[in-house]
Order: sequence, then C-alpha cells, then structure tokens
Amino acid sequence: MRATASIFLLLTLLLTAAPAAASAPQTTPPPPPELPAASDFKAVDRPGDSGKAILLTWKDPATLPEGAMIEVRRAEPPADEFMTLKMVKPGTERFIDSKAEDGKTYRYELRVRGMETPDSLGIAGAVGPALVSDPVSSHDNWFRPERTNSLIANLIFITLILSSIAAARSGKPIFIRRIAGLNAVDEAIGRATELGKKVLYVPGIQSMDDIQTIASVAILGHVARATARYGTDLDVPNKDPLTFVSAREAVKAAYLAEGRPDLYREDMVNYVTYDQFAFTATVSARMIREKPAAIFLVGYFFAESLILAETGQSTGAIQIAGQADPTQLPFFVATCDYTLIGEELYAAGAYLSREPVLLGSMRGQDFAKALLMVVGITGIVAVSLGATWFLKIVQTQ
Amino acid sequence: MNFDLGRVTLVALFAIVPIVGIALGMRAPALRSKIPVLVAFFAGLIPIVSLYIPKDFMSGDSGMSPRLDQWLIIVAAFALLLGITNVLSVNNRKINRREPGWPYAVVLLTGLLVTGGLGIYGAISKQGIGLLPDGSSTPFNWITVYVFQSLQSTIFALLAFFMASAAVRAFRARNTEATILLIAGGIVMAGRVPLLEFLAAPFPPLQPSAAAASQGLGKATEWIMNIPNGAAQSGIIIGAALGGASMAIRVILGIERGYLGLGKGD
Repeated sequence: MRATASIFLLLTLLLTAAPAAASAPQTTPPPPPELPAASDFKAVDRPGDSGKAILLTWKDPATLPEGAMIEVRRAEPPADEFMTLKMVKPGTERFIDSKAEDGKTYRYELRVRGMETPDSLGIAGAVGPALVSDPVSSHDNWFRPERTNSLIANLIFITLILSSIAAARSGKPIFIRRIAGLNAVDEAIGRATELGKKVLYVPGIQSMDDIQTIASVAILGHVARATARYGTDLDVPNKDPLTFVSAREAVKAAYLAEGRPDLYREDMVNYVTYDQFAFTATVSARMIREKPAAIFLVGYFFAESLILAETGQSTGAIQIAGQADPTQLPFFVATCDYTLIGEELYAAGAYLSREPVLLGSMRGQDFAKALLMVVGITGIVAVSLGATWFLKIVQTQ
Repeated sequence: MNFDLGRVTLVALFAIVPIVGIALGMRAPALRSKIPVLVAFFAGLIPIVSLYIPKDFMSGDSGMSPRLDQWLIIVAAFALLLGITNVLSVNNRKINRREPGWPYAVVLLTGLLVTGGLGIYGAISKQGIGLLPDGSSTPFNWITVYVFQSLQSTIFALLAFFMASAAVRAFRARNTEATILLIAGGIVMAGRVPLLEFLAAPFPPLQPSAAAASQGLGKATEWIMNIPNGAAQSGIIIGAALGGASMAIRVILGIERGYLGLGKGD
C-alpha cells in the first residue's frame, strides 16, 4: 500500500512537473523599454546640388536613453523593403543619402534604436516607433541658393569693371599711379641692348591655369615687343609645358607684330624640365655662364624664388620680380631691384600697353576695392555692436 | 544611349570651333586672332558658371567643368612632348655649332636619353620603374634615388646660404624703412629662439630676468607677426584677389590679349 502510494505520488509529481517544464521557453520576455520617437522628419532633394543626394532632417526626442542611436532606413521600388542605411548619433539631426539615383523614388524611415544589446553588426536592440517620409527623388538643380551673395558680389564687380571700360572708351582721361617696377621694364631692356647682352625672362613655375602665369605671359608679350624693337636677345626658360607653349606663341606673335619675325628664333623660348630644382639649377647656371643684363622673375614661384633671385643678384643684372602671393615676396623685395607686389602684377599689362580699355578696367577694380573697404568697415562696426546677421550675409559657401 | 550634353558641348566648343576657325583663318587672317580669344572666353566662363549652376551636365562628376580639368591634363601631356622635342633640338643645335657651354648640352642629352631609355626599358620588360621583387632597385629607380634625389637635395640646401646672404643685404640700415625692418627682424628672430636663456645660462642670478625678458620678446614677436605683418599681408591678398579677378574678366572678355602676344589693333 505504501509502495502504491509512493508510485502515485511520483506520477503526480511527474505529471505536474511536465507542463511546468514545457511552458518555461514560452515565458513572456520583459517588455522593451519605452523609446521615444523623433519628430519633424522630412526627406527632400538636397537643394543646390548636382543630384544623386537626398537630404533628411528631423528633430531628436527631448530625452534618449544612454547609447541610443537614430537608425535611418531606406526603401526603394520594386521591393519597397526598408534597409538600414546608417546609424546616426543623436544631436546630428540631418543625414545626406549620397547614394541615391536621380529620378528613382525612395521612402525613408527613421527610428530610435537602443543599443544596449547590439548584435555583431551593432544594430540590434530595442526600437522605437518609426517615422516614414513621403516619397522623394533626387535631381540636379539650376542654382545654388547658398551662393547668392557671391553671385551678387561678382555681378557688382563685373558691372563696375565694364562700366569703367565703357567710360574709358568714351575718351575720359584715367589716372594711374606710377609703378616703379613697370617703369623700369624699358630701362632694363635698354640696358641689355646697350651692353649687348640678353634679357632673361622666367614666367614662374606654374601652369597656364594659374592667373599669375597668364599675367606673366601677358607681360612677356610686352617685353618681347621691346626686345624685338631694340633687337635684343631674349631667353625664356620654362618649367611647365603648357606655359612653354603659350610663352612661345606670345613671343612669336610679339616679334611678328613688331615686324621683326627675322629676329625670332625657336630656342628663344625653351623648355627645360618639369622638376622644380632641376629647373632652378639650369636657370641659375645660365645666369652665371651667360650673365644676362636684365632678369625678369614674374609669375608664381615657390622655394626657388630666393635661389634664382640671389644668383641673379650676384651676376649684377638689373632684376624685376613680380608675384601676387605674399609668401615669396620678402625674398624678391630683399634681392631684386624692383618688385611688382600683389595687384601690380595684374596691372602690368594695362600699364605697359596704356590701352584705355585696359586702364578702364583698373579704375573699375579700384572702385570695387573702395566698395569692399566700405563693406569691411560696416562689418567691423556691425559685428562690434553684436549684429551677427551681417556675418550671415557675407558668409560664402 | 544617353545624350551627354556636357561632353557634346565641350567637343563643339573646344574641338569643332577651333578646327573651323583654323580652316576659315586660312581665307580670312583676321579670324586667326579671334578664335583663341573665343576659346579662352568659353574656357573661362564654364568654371565660373559651374560655381552657380549645379546641373549635372555643368558641374556633376562628369560635367563640363571637371571634364575641362581632365582635358587640361591631356593637353599638358601633348605640350610635354613639344617640350621634349624642344629640349632635343635646342641642345642638339648647341652641340653641332659648338656654342659656348656645349659640353653641358652633351651631359643633359645623355641624362635625358639614358634615364628615359631605362624608363622605357622598365615598361617594355615589365620590370617597372620601382623596386624588383627581390627588393633591389631597377636601373631607373637607382638613378632616381642615388643621382636625381641627391642633386635635388643639394640645390634645395643652397637655400639656407642664400637666405643668410639675402638677410644681410636686407638688414642694412640704409634708411628709415630699412632700420624699422632691421629692428622688427631682430625682435622676431630673438623672440623665436631662447637666445636670452642661452646667454644667461652661465649666470644663475640672471636666469629669471632672462626668462622674463624672453617671454616679453615672444609676445612682441607674436604682436609683430599677427598685427602689422598680418594686416599688411591681408591688404596684399585682398588687392591681389581683386586684381586677379579683374585680370580674369579681361581675359575672358578678350580685352586682355597680351598673353596671346596681341596688343592694340592686332
């Protein structure tokens, strides 16, 4: 009887324990933490771009659990299934999808994701309610609105230049201050002519995509006209191949324009090498061996500026240098007889040719400078008085 | 096949227009000077317009403006060929005529032909111009490392000596401006190195005063560099920027033609 009772008790225990063991995996997991949702979620074509980009903006929830991230997801036809694009840190409140295809319609989803239990990809965890954007597609735009101020400034500048040129064309006399370095050009070439020595002209080491090189080749045209008139030898060594080709055309045209094509030689404008210091060594050696009477170092120079100018100085040549960038200017000022500083380099073409149209553009440039000074002083006063709106007006992007 | 507006426009402006211009220029010489001005106008206008018009054909990845930059590289490569031809012909003529300094022309041509030949050999033999698989140098690389770079460094090192000689000349107190330059230069040099501490090192009682004076010199240096020097540099930069922009407008509009060797009436 006791044994029967024991078996009954054991069976009872087994029967009651089995449902308990079976129900253990079905235990309801603890509810996910309440994650808040972002707000004001918008997806628009990024304004003022070349297309292929969608701009997403939103406002983060006021409070977020520690480690939470904003998950950006995108759905595209035909599947329209949302795929994670990026996990964005809170506080960013914007994301640019730069992998969009123009003309394709996308929908974006934004949700807060708790990162307390990340998986191997780092994107697991509890998720908050999702916000879904309206369908949006990217396309290229016709105007960059953020550059409106720059456009207006440029239009004012161009108007000033063109109106000054028009005034100059009407015959109005234009005064330009004396520029010693440019007055010395004829003096230097005349000296070379008297001594029967050559004129060495180095148009910098940059290519023709640099405005200083263009200005230098323009000055070279005037120098070449003078050497053609006086029958003086001219040597133009080049480092950049494009500058070499342009300088050669400029010198050839100058000799033709002066009616002395017979004096032009192909080796007057010559190519040396593309290496900076090999070029420097060659030109320095020419200065020492051939002792030119006049040396022009006009254009964009880097570390070779002082080596060339000091070597030229040691040969006793009259030296005229010109550069708009202030980094090498002290070296030229210290070693050359005359230096065209900054804007004087760009004024040289107008100054030497004395063409009213070119002189008019310089007058317009001076008006622009005066206007810029007024804007600058107004800005200093405005910002000093706390008017930061002024900064936003003149800020360029 | 998509119609690529940017590419078609570039080809029209920079290939068809110049070719037609050259052809017409044979009959009407006045056109010869106008075509380069026209090409310069478009080449200058496209990058400016692309600053404000972000349309894909204009400033997209394969738009006109970036493509124009790529074309510049291609044109430069052809110009380099012209340059090498010029080097060969000029130096060859110098040797043939036994002009003064002709042995230097021999050295130059030898260097050009040997280095260029080794580079071409590296390309043909598929060795390349860098290191061989066993870590040893190709002949081209050997010349680059042991000859070329050493010579480059030598020329660059000359700068230190030239700087000293230029400074001596610049700092001669010949007039008021040069005297101000001398004083300012002296302060800046003394403020950039611990000169006073060095001089006071053998005299411990003087060291605190030297340190204080050195600090003062450092502050004076900062003031000189940031205020008068910074203001002057800003002035030059603003003036040069306006001058550059004005020059660019003159070039684009064909008013400034000196870079083409053309002047008034040409």
